[in-house]
Amino acid sequence: MSRGVVITFMLVLFVLHQDFWFRDDATLILGILPIGLAYHMAFTVLAAIAWLVIVRFAWPKYLVEEENEGNEQ
Amino acid sequence: MTQALIVVVYLILLLVLGYISSRLFRGNSNDYFVASRSIGPLVLFMSIFGTTMTAFAMVGSTGESYRVGIATYGKVASSSALIHSACFFLVGLPLWALGKRNGFHTQIEFFRARFESSKLGYLLFPILVGLIIPYLLVGLMGAGSVMQGVTRGAFPEIFTSTGGAVPPWLTMLVISCVVLYYIFAGGVRSAAWANTFQTCVFIVMGFIAFVTISSKLGGMQAASAMADPGKAVRAGNLTEMQFLSYCFIPLSVGMFPHLFQNCLTAKSAKSFRLTLVAHPIAIMITWIPCILIGLWATGAVMPDGVTPVIPEGTSPNAVLGMMVGKLATPIIGGLVTAGIMAAIMSSLDSQFVAVGTMFTKDIVVHFFGIDRFSEKQKVLLARGFICTIVFVTYLFTLAEPRSVFSLGIWCFSGFAGLFPLVFAAIYWRKATKAGAYAAVIGSALSWFILFRESDYGANGSYLVGGVMPVAVIFVACAICMVVVSLFTQAPSQDTLDKFFKKKA
Repeated sequence: MSRGVVITFMLVLFVLHQDFWFRDDATLILGILPIGLAYHMAFTVLAAIAWLVIVRFAWPKYLVEEENEGNEQ
Repeated sequence: MTQALIVVVYLILLLVLGYISSRLFRGNSNDYFVASRSIGPLVLFMSIFGTTMTAFAMVGSTGESYRVGIATYGKVASSSALIHSACFFLVGLPLWALGKRNGFHTQIEFFRARFESSKLGYLLFPILVGLIIPYLLVGLMGAGSVMQGVTRGAFPEIFTSTGGAVPPWLTMLVISCVVLYYIFAGGVRSAAWANTFQTCVFIVMGFIAFVTISSKLGGMQAASAMADPGKAVRAGNLTEMQFLSYCFIPLSVGMFPHLFQNCLTAKSAKSFRLTLVAHPIAIMITWIPCILIGLWATGAVMPDGVTPVIPEGTSPNAVLGMMVGKLATPIIGGLVTAGIMAAIMSSLDSQFVAVGTMFTKDIVVHFFGIDRFSEKQKVLLARGFICTIVFVTYLFTLAEPRSVFSLGIWCFSGFAGLFPLVFAAIYWRKATKAGAYAAVIGSALSWFILFRESDYGANGSYLVGGVMPVAVIFVACAICMVVVSLFTQAPSQDTLDKFFKKKA
């Protein structure tokens, strides 16, 4: 399961990263942040959430086994 | 004067921290090189994050944002937010597990064992060290330019040739000596502690710089309104192919020798969880203030309303130092400068330790045998080699300066170009010794040819067929690895059993 989840997240996020939709839009969000920059900030938060989901629900099994073996030793 | 004094006080604090951590040093090489594999989640995160954020992230990003605008964040920072964590997950975690199981201390030990070749280490060593030198240069040059920018006019009688500013050579010398002291005192444990402290310092100080500068420019809205609108968009500053091919750059963290060593210090696999999640957010917190300061610098004027804060023709390396020096009070300026030095030193320390470890483990001990030198002598050898590399790097800093951002990109391109080597080593059973040699040689040759074509980094806009050189180096490495591995002898079953667990 973990490999499929990670690959799916990676592909979706990689496509979202190529934000050609804001490439020539100079709108300032709240009069401060250029929209292209605000978008990439949101993207960064989304990447962190994706990693949170992976860590929580798709942690590799081999690492759990590795920890268990280490504890037994 | 005040700024310089604050920086000096900060450096003294670091020396004290180094001394305290030396009291905890257990005196053996395992503790010196991988902190006895005892580092927990918070220190591991701070240490890894502090190591990846250097002058490139603060001085370089501000300068690049001033030059090409907000696209700087998308092309490097947000892609790193995704790809750095992916590298920790896909490369760092398996390497930690293999390192723990097989007692590896360095990348080269891993590659030698995986590809059953002692000579591969002798080929990789000069390439990895050769690529770390520009990385060290980025840090030292960044420290020198910032200190010069913020202390302009402070010492008119002592430093006449720099307009009263602390000259870069002096800053670089002092910074090198301080970092050398605290890593010599306690090795990688000391570096991890110092990184944790310094990461907190540079995040807080970056925020203070951001607030102070925006307030001096009349608030964030006024500062953004003054900025060049052409720099608030990607169009016209970066082509789509450039933007896309920049995504290869963050793969470099998968091949950084110092990050490999940082990963090995982890107490358990669970220690990585915080790093995976918090790293993207920490990147954003560090980069956004710098990107906005760089953007504001394109239109910022002094309180007289006429004089530009950044005169035309200013080097991008100097933008952050000048914005802080001209728009912050001396005390804030000093604190922020200390924060920038913290970011720079938190990378230098891990790099110094990694270079020393590789020399001792991969060259000296490997060549002369494990019993030839005592534990104390091994640590001494590591220190001697570190001093030599720092001296060589210092000599390079005296040559014609390059843009911190551009030099950083070339260094990262070299490491990222080698990424197929580590990825194949971990995930591809058919990756062979000959394939590994071909990958290393193909990658190194293509890097050198392209670096020379770019006039040794002087041409900051150099592209190959519209894409970043890193894409070409990466593809060359991958093709060499795959093609040669398919036609050469596979590794022995013993090696495969050691590196690839059989599926149940």
